[in-house]
Amino acid sequence: MSEANDEEIRTLLRKVIAPVADRELKRDLWPQMLGRLAERPAQVPWLDWALLAVPAIWFFFSPEAIPILLYHL
Amino acid sequence: MELLDRFAQGDLEAFEALFRQFQGQVYGWIVRIVRDRGIAEDLTVETFWRIYRAHARFHPQGNFGAWARRIATHAALDHLKTARREVALPDDLAAGAQPDPAVHREVLEQIERAFRELPARLQVAATLGFVEEESYEQIAEALGISVGAVKSRIFRAVRLLRRKLKGLSVEP
Repeated sequence: MSEANDEEIRTLLRKVIAPVADRELKRDLWPQMLGRLAERPAQVPWLDWALLAVPAIWFFFSPEAIPILLYHL
Repeated sequence: MELLDRFAQGDLEAFEALFRQFQGQVYGWIVRIVRDRGIAEDLTVETFWRIYRAHARFHPQGNFGAWARRIATHAALDHLKTARREVALPDDLAAGAQPDPAVHREVLEQIERAFRELPARLQVAATLGFVEEESYEQIAEALGISVGAVKSRIFRAVRLLRRKLKGLSVEP
């Protein structure tokens, strides 16, 4: 593709999407940042992990148990 | 202890000092990519949230501004990937946004839509390179890629845009 073609597209794009003139931040965002920092990530209780671990270990050592469990579900 | 050392160790006061020092710079970069003040503010906070979480990976000898800019670029990219918007640029944000009378408004809208439909990483490279006229080196640093890769993305953006416009029977 020639440079003339690139220039054509560049000119066209600048007609459609003008450069941002006002790039200045108008307010302090620290209060929002503090709010974000205060959000605690959702924590999974250790008991839930333990309950998940039991069948996982069971299936790992005896995969033949999977269809039995599925049958009873 | 130096501010950057304290930040790297997770000191909240040091983080606040860096936030206050760099928030304007990070916002100014993001608004060039997403072109919306509100979204740019949210993404500035998101960027600093990522920065805070990654404090242990920051090397105090490094350039915090460049690191922050790279994280900001990726936050903006993630936003563009998930939110494919077709919103016109607000008039008060753009410099000289008066439509060219020689080109029909509808055609301009088609071109803008076609541009917004480009893959986010091509769109970002083309916006920064073509519209904002940032240097290839600066774009490369912000995206964490080589200058050659930036040129390649811009080339692909132009080629795709041209193809899309051809499909819409719009000849640039």
